[in-house]
Amino acid sequence: MDAKDLKVVNKPAIKMDALGLACGEPAFTDDMDFTGLLYAKLLWSPHAHARIKKIDVSAALKVPGVKAVLTYKDLPRVPHTTAGQGYPEPSPYDTYTLDNKVRYVGDRVAAVAAETAEAAKEAVSRIKVDYEVLPAVLDTFEAMKDGAPVIHDEEDSKNIPDAKHNIAAKFDFEVRNGEWFKEADHVFEHSWTMPYLQHCAIEPHISIAYFDNTGRLVLRTSTQVPFHVRRIVAQALKIPVKNIRVIKPRIGGGFGSKQEVLEDIVAALALKTRRPVKLEYTRKETFISSRTRHPATCRMKAGVKKDGTITDAEMEITLNTGAYGSHALTVMMCSGSHTIPMYRVKNNIRFIGRSVYTNMPVAGAYRGYGATQGFFAWECLMDMMAAKIGMDPVEFRKMNYIKLGEGSPVFKAMGEGREGVEQVITSCGLFEAIKKGADEIKWAEKKAKYASQSGPIRRGVGVACMMQGSGIPEVDMASATMKMNEDGSFNLLVGAADLGTGSDTILAQIAAEVLGIKTDDIIVTSSDTDITPFDVGAYASSTTFISGGAVKKTAEKVRDMIIEVAAKILDQKKEDLRLEGGKVVAKDGSSCSLPEVANTSLYYYNQHQITASASHFAHTSPPPFQANFAEVEVDTETGKVKILDYVSCVDCGTAINPVLAEGQNDGAVLNGISHTLSEEMEFSSNGTPLNASFRRYKIFSAADTPPLRTFIIPTWEPAGPFGAKSVSEIGINGPLPAVANAIYNATGVWLFDAPFTPDRVLAAIKKQAPSPAAGSVKLLH
Amino acid sequence: MSESKSNAGLSVFALKCAVNGERTEREICSSRSLIEFIRGDLGLKGTKEGCGEGECGACMVLVDGKAVNSCLMMAVQLHGKELVTIEGIKGKGGGLHPLQKSFMTEGAVQCGFCTPGLIVASEALLRRNPGATLEDIKLELTGNLCRCTGYEKVLSAVEKARGK
Repeated sequence: MDAKDLKVVNKPAIKMDALGLACGEPAFTDDMDFTGLLYAKLLWSPHAHARIKKIDVSAALKVPGVKAVLTYKDLPRVPHTTAGQGYPEPSPYDTYTLDNKVRYVGDRVAAVAAETAEAAKEAVSRIKVDYEVLPAVLDTFEAMKDGAPVIHDEEDSKNIPDAKHNIAAKFDFEVRNGEWFKEADHVFEHSWTMPYLQHCAIEPHISIAYFDNTGRLVLRTSTQVPFHVRRIVAQALKIPVKNIRVIKPRIGGGFGSKQEVLEDIVAALALKTRRPVKLEYTRKETFISSRTRHPATCRMKAGVKKDGTITDAEMEITLNTGAYGSHALTVMMCSGSHTIPMYRVKNNIRFIGRSVYTNMPVAGAYRGYGATQGFFAWECLMDMMAAKIGMDPVEFRKMNYIKLGEGSPVFKAMGEGREGVEQVITSCGLFEAIKKGADEIKWAEKKAKYASQSGPIRRGVGVACMMQGSGIPEVDMASATMKMNEDGSFNLLVGAADLGTGSDTILAQIAAEVLGIKTDDIIVTSSDTDITPFDVGAYASSTTFISGGAVKKTAEKVRDMIIEVAAKILDQKKEDLRLEGGKVVAKDGSSCSLPEVANTSLYYYNQHQITASASHFAHTSPPPFQANFAEVEVDTETGKVKILDYVSCVDCGTAINPVLAEGQNDGAVLNGISHTLSEEMEFSSNGTPLNASFRRYKIFSAADTPPLRTFIIPTWEPAGPFGAKSVSEIGINGPLPAVANAIYNATGVWLFDAPFTPDRVLAAIKKQAPSPAAGSVKLLH
Repeated sequence: MSESKSNAGLSVFALKCAVNGERTEREICSSRSLIEFIRGDLGLKGTKEGCGEGECGACMVLVDGKAVNSCLMMAVQLHGKELVTIEGIKGKGGGLHPLQKSFMTEGAVQCGFCTPGLIVASEALLRRNPGATLEDIKLELTGNLCRCTGYEKVLSAVEKARGK
């Protein structure tokens, strides 16, 4: 089979929730009213590191309308992780619903539920806390030193590799094929840094906890991981899983931030009050007390021969995980496992990874998941090497990228939180992606044109290539159930969590393709732990590949059941029947309709419900590939960088829905561009966030957006449903290196610290003067 | 004066306005913000709150035809005025508005949380300037943040709806 045979898949079906959303129909967590609803507010720590000596809630309880005030004294002390990952989670168990210690400005201290939000706020302000302020450490390298304040000095936390040195996660590996850098003609070494970054989903974190008529706790919550929420809330509050139902309505963006289980506290307030309780973070709280991208220092050292062979590569990444180690190990490992295999390395490879606790906001999953941090370094280093050996950066990449049929020792050595799996590349459209991108940006023409420039305004072009994964092999699992209705429509029940990505729609397209029907004959119900089968959730670029695989298998089982019944109706052999255009058609041209099949099964022949379930997991994680090209203009007098054109060519296998796939990529790339030129959380010297608002933490608006063009480069991934691979994350990894490389092309100046704000660019230009062409590359040989 | 003190000592205001074409009279607490009035009192849930400080535009509504952030306005300021929320954005004949259609067909709706605000802001622009250029559209939508789409498909949706 290939893409030209497809009738529903690879076509731009309209997103099935788009009509309701465009008309403002109630759809999100907060769009439903609850009688007797209480409002929750949390007291957040004003200190980066402190022990609670005394906490007095008596005045808070006296505020009219207050129904509950919870402190650490009221809750079970259960070390757990808020990382919504498969069980057992590879993140350390270092978090408590409430604790007698606070570890960053914005950490939870106490929780209030009251009849009104105002009363809850008032009560929060009346909680008296006597803190013993402890020395704080805000810097990762300081935090690892002997004698640094120990952030997790509690005895009951689990799986922290070296709490004394604040190391939340560590992983090292080496492939050794001889003496390091022996064959290299040139060796380069540098460090690249990335700051605290916020997801900025426009819907803040919000959850409503209430009880159904049987007394079970229901969590209506904006989450990417409904099944992990159920499990982790049960664990943290010591209640049975069977007593919890999690419902994910439409959710207003996630990007990883909602792969985090923060629902325990609102659940605890509901359990205490036996009333429905709503907890909605303010925008400021979302910035400070939800999750962020892991700030990183990525040191890379690589060797290259004059002929363009990369001889050795070493990556040492140090991530700041903040006060808790959510995703600390896995993001760190992905910074190497998703990046190093991008290019062939002939001899030696080494990875040194640390995730370090500091008294700073908590990092977590964020689109790109470490690969963003790793590719910034690796792709800039590629251009440094190309420049030194006098090879065009595009040709240098074409020569070295991982080709069809090739593997990498990294795939096996590094998985997510454990050993990975061996795999070879089974689909790769990178050659075409590079070619298309170079054509669209007019690479050769502009390289030549910009080779000789004068005056303060300089232009340049840059390239970056990336890969990601498609789910976590042998970890992620998804399942689906389908049942047939009298009119030939089908219910599709999936655990997969559509967080605005359109997964409900593309999963319906996959089922419709198998059954030879239209997408709108599939009614999708997703993400309700009482109703839908299990799915790990929306993360690791897994939904299309893993959940899509489950839906395809399920639909195939349903198809076989339909054919069984139709064979009786038509008096034909099963192997002579196929589903097409809403009918079962025989080789001789006779046919019966799907409603006829459904009614026959329900009412006449061997009465039964046509229904099936299937699960899917994968042994490999086929990477999508991308080539990104940026054209920039740099004002060397002000340091201002303007992106004139941006082209992103993506190989995601078969795009199940090309319009939605383009939209995923556009959004990822613009988020990456916004990281590149604007975004950075700022902190005072005591760890207090200074710009926790959209006014002061600037994300790109429509007016800021450069011309941005996504091109889908079709390939066929044999392991994916109808040839599909993932698309959602990869695009965020390109802009930092592509723009950095373009700035170098324009000015001869390398930038190592994101974002490339005018002050940083200007400082780099001034540092470079007077010989801008030489570059700041540190030559070791 | 339509302001008085309620039994609880809260300042109460008798608000007269039009909501999505229908004249409405409500007694409201003077301290109520416009978005609280819309979502809480009117039960119109299409208007979203993303930041509560006028930066994201998810709460945009039309007041006398002008796009405003309803989180920054007090409900009392609606007195004597016409409010149109996303629920009141309709095409000719009461069907889908061209913007709603083009947002759907162009793929401009991803999570959809910012969509009502974007459609309201675009409607305000196209009413005022039916021939708005791409640059006009970009400028008008500066106050509407979207993290999902990268704006490309939003901009093409507004362009598609122009003149319809």
